Parts: sequence; structure tokens; C-alpha cells
Amino acid sequence: MKRSLLLFAGLFVLVILVGLATGAPFTSRLLVEAAAYALIALGLNIQWGYGGLFNFGILGFIMVGGFATMFVSYPVNAAFWGSDGPMMLGRALLAFGAGALLVIGARRLDRFGITGKLRTTAIVLAWIFAYILYRSQIDPAAAYIESTAGFVGGLGLHPVLGWAFGGVLAAGVAYIIGKICLGLRTDYLAIATIGIAEIIRALIKNMEWLTRGTLTVTPIPWPTPLPQQLQTMGFDPSSSFVWARLGFFALVLIVLVLVLVLLHRAYGGPWGRMMRAIRDNHIAAGSMGKDVTGRQLEIFVLGSVLMGIGGAMLVSFTQILDPNSYQPINHTFLVWVMLIVGGAGNNLGAVFGAVLIWIVWVMSDSVSQGLFTIVSNWTEAIGWGAIPDITTRSVQMRVFVLGLVITIALRYAPRGLLPEVIRRER
Amino acid sequence: MALLSLEKVVGGYGGAPILNGVDIAIERSDIGVIVGPNGAGKSTTLKAIFGLLKVTGGAILFEGEEIANSLPDKLVPRGLSFVPQEKNVFTSLSVEENLEMGAFTRRDDFRPTRDWVYSMFPVLAEKRRQAAGELSGGQRQMVAMGRALMSQPKLLMLDEPSAGLSPRYVIEIFEQIVKVNAEGVGILMVEQNARQALAFATRGFVLAGGQNRFTGTGPELIADPEVAKSFLGG
Amino acid sequence: MNELIFFFNNVIVSGAVLGCVYALGAVGITLIFGILRFAHFAHGDMMTMGGFITFVLAGLVTAAGIAFPLPTGFVVLPVAMVLAALIALGLDKAFYAPLRLRGAKPVTLLIASIGVTLMIQGLIRLIFGTGTYTFFAEEPKRLIRIDTEWLGATRPIAMTEPHVLLFIVTLVSVVALHYFLTRSRLGKAMRAMADNPDLAQVSGINTQLVVRVTWLIAGSLACAAGTMLALDVTLKPDLAFNIVLPIFAAAIVGGLGHAYGAIAGGFLLGFAETLSVFNWTVLLRPISGIFPEWVSLPGNLSIVPTEYKLSVAFVILVITLLVRPTGIFKGASS
Ligand SMILES: Nc1ncnc2c1ncn2[C@@H]1O[C@H](COP(=O)(O)OP(=O)(O)O)[C@@H](O)[C@H]1O
Ligand SMILES: [Mg+2]
Repeated sequence: MKRSLLLFAGLFVLVILVGLATGAPFTSRLLVEAAAYALIALGLNIQWGYGGLFNFGILGFIMVGGFATMFVSYPVNAAFWGSDGPMMLGRALLAFGAGALLVIGARRLDRFGITGKLRTTAIVLAWIFAYILYRSQIDPAAAYIESTAGFVGGLGLHPVLGWAFGGVLAAGVAYIIGKICLGLRTDYLAIATIGIAEIIRALIKNMEWLTRGTLTVTPIPWPTPLPQQLQTMGFDPSSSFVWARLGFFALVLIVLVLVLVLLHRAYGGPWGRMMRAIRDNHIAAGSMGKDVTGRQLEIFVLGSVLMGIGGAMLVSFTQILDPNSYQPINHTFLVWVMLIVGGAGNNLGAVFGAVLIWIVWVMSDSVSQGLFTIVSNWTEAIGWGAIPDITTRSVQMRVFVLGLVITIALRYAPRGLLPEVIRRER
Repeated sequence: MALLSLEKVVGGYGGAPILNGVDIAIERSDIGVIVGPNGAGKSTTLKAIFGLLKVTGGAILFEGEEIANSLPDKLVPRGLSFVPQEKNVFTSLSVEENLEMGAFTRRDDFRPTRDWVYSMFPVLAEKRRQAAGELSGGQRQMVAMGRALMSQPKLLMLDEPSAGLSPRYVIEIFEQIVKVNAEGVGILMVEQNARQALAFATRGFVLAGGQNRFTGTGPELIADPEVAKSFLGG
Repeated sequence: MNELIFFFNNVIVSGAVLGCVYALGAVGITLIFGILRFAHFAHGDMMTMGGFITFVLAGLVTAAGIAFPLPTGFVVLPVAMVLAALIALGLDKAFYAPLRLRGAKPVTLLIASIGVTLMIQGLIRLIFGTGTYTFFAEEPKRLIRIDTEWLGATRPIAMTEPHVLLFIVTLVSVVALHYFLTRSRLGKAMRAMADNPDLAQVSGINTQLVVRVTWLIAGSLACAAGTMLALDVTLKPDLAFNIVLPIFAAAIVGGLGHAYGAIAGGFLLGFAETLSVFNWTVLLRPISGIFPEWVSLPGNLSIVPTEYKLSVAFVILVITLLVRPTGIFKGASS
């Protein structure tokens, strides 16, 4: 307890220092993003810290959340709704449903006494047929929408609803992935989830009729007043950014605190006890009649919901959905570093790690730029010439720093700065 | 001076010690057999000798030198070999490759030793190119023993070599162990088929609770009514 | 006939090229997994690093005014492989060995390999920036054409010199690896340790030595794969980061820990990718006469759109994990 107070006090001082060095607009932005990442790190903490489930596909859930909030909150595209698009999409949806039924039907053939090779063949054929059926409907629909209305557009609803939908959509995706993958060994699970995240990324990037793909969707509305709106209310430009961002931050913070309180209560109760029992001793928990797979699925979905919401917040905040900006380094590995450094199994540790690592991640750019400039001035002075491309290079410094931080953490503080509190239980 | 001697050995897997003072002495001409109830620490004793767990007290002397907590890659060249009870062959390697692995620490030509092993276990020579995983239980046990003999050990340690074998194979394996001993290799083995094994043991050790209870030649122990009553099932 | 030549050039050659690169990478991943039991995510960046090492060496040689009839990058490859192997050994000593000594779980090593991947990538970008480099700034990339008039076609079979060299490097590596694993004492010890690490220790096998040799092989093969890939396309900091997943897929499809499986898995995925984005209309058009009237060939008849080329590997990976997590060759040979 004393340790966490001390660490959080130190973090507070660090934020103040960053604020003094970089100014309020920059720091307020940093805080919003750090808080959103804290939510994502909490999601990972539920999965890995509570459940021992290795999710390397965080990127996918963040993207799904980002898409969801765009879809819900972006203004309605009248050109699409007035065209043949909805009807064609409806047909594609029907084809999808029919295909799904076909596959499910083929899988159930064993109830009619058709088993073994015959059933396998039927399933494979059903998949192929369903795929062709769906493609035959979706391809023309996609081409039509892209050429007439551009893309489907949004629903024009409140962004907070978009965040909620981000959670729901992520839950749906997590349910499917969990159903498929959770039986796998840890390292296979890592590779499977990273593979699925890449598939999700490819989909969001290439389904232009739905997401505009690399053309990007912008501006996505804010749930709280935008700086421009504050300016019309009489704020001067520079303070309008600070206050608008602080407003957004307040909303994110409310969600974060709410989640923390709920998690804390759940984790202290019977649910948390069972989760730990399952994590620490799979087999014993299973033999005690606990539904291990069911509980693991629950935990995987729950963690992914938080990732989806966090991803939705990030897209709302930056106002742009740009599939190209999603990278495993920024959206999967970064979160892992946050959790490992903060302390897997400890919610406060996850939050602490998220804020700390986000600051390191953001600041190592300008710090290394400063370092580079010093070195460059020196090399110039002694006649070696200046270092070229300092700006683009120093951006890359943070990737190295991130790698260094996690290897050092694994070596010298493998349980994190705020380690899991081991509760003594029967 | 004994080839191998354990004096009041204490050791375990990190928690409470499993061995609480084990004494064993074996000559190169001996067949030593350790018997005792399940969980007595018989396997643990062999692992302790072979450096696979931490020895915290007592002494383990091999040819008069302390070897406690030495690792296998140091012990094998000195003349000590070990056949674990389970998973004791490389299933995906051929029989011949299994034998070669036993000679890993040797730098000289090991082909004479290999031929010697084949002469002892002719069936292995027949199956030399086959993967060890495809062999029967008894044949696998021969591969395991052959592998351990490839380093030309002075002392061969075996953990329950007859476990899981049909009675016919049990006899065959025991005969081969006696044959190996006759070729000048000391034997120290753990056995569940206690009566059968003690019958040809020159030294028997009854272990219980991590300590020696009785020590003597095999026939002596069989004849001892107390041993017979408590440990050999009447 | 021209259509078949087109098919050969676009599917068989590029599938084989991709397969070679995947195979060379996957062998390293599978060996490391077999011996050290963890998924080494930094392997892709070890490939990229190898490419850059070769690039620097080639630059030095060119600057010294030495020219070869073959691409300079290829000529200096053996030296680069040695350097890369030593670096791999150093990475193990610095980052993985201390964790193993502590008895860390494989997952911890996996996470550590993410750290290593980030550091390598950060360093490469720090030194070389984010730009793209080519090995053929000073020398031409030769094209090899095989005339096909004797087949009754006008289109030649065409591939670049780097393609041919890649095939040769892969073939030599695979044969050398085969002989190493089946004939040499250390190679057999490596297989033994992958099979049963406890028994390997009990047999007196020098497990430290086997670990070191594993890194040397994996590091040098990664360098070869990265260099040959960079010779074929271009050299950039994310050269292999983007294909480390298909490479993992190849290793898993072939059964983690099985060297031959990894090679087969690499080619399987390479061909699967190129076959699934190939426009089959090209092959069907000449024989369109045999279809009934009402069938009209669509302009593009590929199994998946080109944008999803990499996803094919992931789909195969996920299906393999679900249906046969031990790999599709388990049982056939081990
Ligand atoms: N790897 C291990 N870690 C911890 N305890 C062990 C281990 N192996 C065996 N034990 C314990 O040591 C005791 C002796 O086991 P063992 O030597 O295998 O008995 P046995 O005489 O049947 O061969 C048992 O109580 C067992 O539970
Ligand atoms: Mg035992």
C-alpha cells in the first residue's frame, strides 16, 4: 500500500514535470491518451493477470472499438441510404446467414449418423459454398457502394454510445476468437491471437465500403465540447484546447474509475477467487467441477470489452479512423510493456504502468531529439559533420527504449513495479 | 575403498528433505538393489547421486572423491551412468543414434563399445535403423541400458528397469543385468519386484522414509523375517 | 501455352521464392523452439538485421572498388552469416540466458523476445532511418530468360538472378542442415535434446553447447533469408517484421520443433499465398470454349482478393492450430 502511494505520488510529480516542460495543451492530450491506454491495460490485466490468457491480438480489439465508435457517431450518409446500397447489403447479409446455417448444418450431420470422412467433406464443401455465396453478393454490393456513396457512413448517434458499441462489438469478436482458440497452449494462443488480429486489420483496411479503408474517416465527433465550440463560447484558442481536452479527460477518467471500482470488488469476491484458482491450477480447478473453459471465455470477453472501449475512446479523441495507423508495436506490444512493468495481476499496477510507459513512449521522442542535437552539435564542432535526419530518427528511439524497458523489467522486476498481492486462501 | 559410497546423505527438491541420511556402499563387482515402499525415496536417491537434485548434507564419494551436486556431463565421463525409470529413450532417434548419444562425452572411437552392446542385446542390432519409439517396452529398456553402457561406465544405475514389463521380459532384463555385471560393470538398481531382484543382489538396501532400514546381501534380506514381513509382503 | 508460362512465372516462381524465404526463417524458429521451448518472436528482426549487415558489408566491398560477376550482396553473404550468428549468440547471452538460468517460464522468454525485437528494430531505424535501400544501386539486377519456343510459346520463362541465387542458397542450406542433423554428433545431439531434454542431460550431452549451436544456425539462416529477401525486393527496416507471422505459421503448420516440417510448411504457405491470389481466368480463358453458353468468365477469378494475400497464411495457421496443433506432418516422420 505504502509502495503504491509512493509510486503514484512519483508518477504525479512526473506528470507535473512533463507539464512544465511541454505545456498544458500537450500534457492534457497525453493524459487523455494515457487514460485510454490504462483502460486497455486493465483489459489485458484481466486476461493475463487474472486469467493467465495470453492475448497478443490487442490491436484487433482496439481497431474493432475504433471502427464501432466511428460507425455509431459519424454523421449519416444520406447518399448511401438513398441508393440501392442498403438492399444489396441486405442480400449479402442474407447470403452470409444462409452460408452460416449451411456450415452449422454440415457440422451437425453427425446427429443423422453421418460421421467421419463423409462429415468432414461435407463441412469443407459447406464452407466453400458459403464463401462463394457470400462473395457473389458482397462483391457487387461493395463495388456499388464504393462507386456511388463512397461508404456506408455512420449512424449519427452520441459518441458515448459508440464507446459502448465498441465494447459490445469487441465482446462479440472476443467470444468467437475465444471459442476457437482458448483451448490452445499459451504460445500457440499468442500466435493465433496475433494472426487473427492481423486478419481483422486486413479486413478493416480493405472493406472500404464500410470503413473507407486507407481513405480514412474524419472528423469523428467528440462526446464533450470541441475546442472550436469552446472558442465560439469565448475561450481564447490556446486555453480552449486545454479545457476541451480536460473535459474529454474527465469523461474517460469517470469510466476508468468506475471500471477500477467494479473490478476491485469483483476480484475480492468469489468470482476473483475462482479466477485465480483456475489460473494457478487448471487441472485441480477443473476436477473440482468448475467450468474452466466457460470461465476463461468469460474473462477473455470481459478483458476485450475494455480494450474495445479504450480503442473507441482513442478514435473519438483523435477524430480519425485510419487503419494504417494501427501497428502491433503501438497497439499490442506497448500494452504488454505497460502491464509487465506495472505488475500483472494488479489493477493499480496496470494503470500505473500504462501512464508511466505512455509518458516514456511519448517523451523519448523529444528527449532523444535533444540528445541527438547535442551529439550532432558536438560532431559538427569537431569537424565530423552534423547527424542527418535527426527528427525522423529520434521518433524511432522510442521503439528501442520500449524494448530496453521490457527486457530490463523482465530481468530485474519480473513481477512488475506493483506486484500482484497474493491473497492467502484455503 | 568402495566404488561408490553414500554417507548420511540428506537432500530433496527444495522443500523439506526427502532423504534423511542414506548410506550405501557399492563395489565394482556388486549388484546393489534398493527396495522399499512407494515414496520411500528410492528414485530420489539415484537422482541425488546423479546431481539431479540438491544434496544438502552427508557425502557422496565416487572412487574416493566427493561428487555431490556434480552435473551429469561431469559424472558420465568419470564412469557413472543412469537409466531413468520413464522416458528413457529418444523416441524419434534410431536405435543406433540412441546408443551414440550415450557416447556423447567420449572423444575416442566408440564403435567397439557399440558392437559390444549389440552382442549383449542382439535384437538391437537387428533394429538399429528403427526409431526407438517404435520398439516394444522390453526392447526400449534394452536401448536405454545400451545407451547408458556406451560411456563405458564403472557403475550403472537403473531405476526400476522391470517396471511395466511382462514376466518373461522381467526375467530377460534381470539376466542381462547380471551379464553386464559379469563384464565388470557395477550395478545399483531400484526394484519393485523385490524378491526376484534381491535373489541375485550381492548387496540389498531397504529404504523407508528416506532412511536405510536394513542392509545386507540379497539372500540375507530375503531370509530376514522382519524384512519379509514389512517390505516383501510376508 | 503462353498462359501456362504466365502461370509458371507468376505462381510457381513467386511461390517458390516466398517458400524459400519462409522455409529459411521457419527452420530457425522451429530449432529454437525445439531446443529452448519458446516462440522466438525476434526472429523476423534477426532476418532484417542480417539483411542490413550484408548491406553494410556489400557497401564496404563496393567502396573498396571490388566488383564481382555476381551481386555483391550475395558474395559477402557468408561473412554476414558468420557475423549474424555471433550476434544471435550474444543476444542469447544478454537477454535470454539470464532468464533461463532463473528458471523463467517459456512465456517470459516469449515476452523477452518481443523486447529484443523492439530493440533491434529501434536500432536499425536509428541507424538507417526508415528509408528503403537497394542492393542494386551500383550494379544491374540481371534477368534470366529461358526461351520457350520449343514449347510453342512466345513468352519466355523469366526470373531474376536473385531468385535463382535464392533457390541455390535454400537448397544448399537444406542439404547442409540435413547432413548436420543426421550425420554429425552435435546435430544428433540437437535432435536428441529436442526430443527429450532431461534424458539428453542424463546422457551427459553438453546442453549448453547444443544451445549455442542452435543460435548459430538460426542466426545464420535468418541472415541468409533476410539478405536473399532484400536482394529480391528492397531492404527496409520492417522487411521481415511483417512476415514473421507467416513464418511462424509455416513452423507451426510443419509442427514446431520439426526442421523438415518447417521447410515443407514454408513452401506450402508460399504456394498457398500465390495460388490463392492468382487470377484463374487467365488459365481458363483459352479453354472457355468448353463451357456452356451461359457461363461467362468473370474478369477476375482469384480465390481471395490480392489485399488479403497475407491473411491466407493466418487462416491456414488458425485452421492448423485448431485441427492439428502438432502440425500436419506429425506421424509421417518425426
Ligand atoms: N520432482 C519432485 N519434486 C518434489 N517432490 C518429489 C519429486 N519427485 C518425487 N518427490 C517426492 O519425493 C518422495 C520420494 O519419491 P521417490 O524417490 O520417487 O519415491 P520412490 O521410492 O517410490 O522412488 C515422494 O514423497 C515424492 O512425492
Ligand atoms: Mg521411484
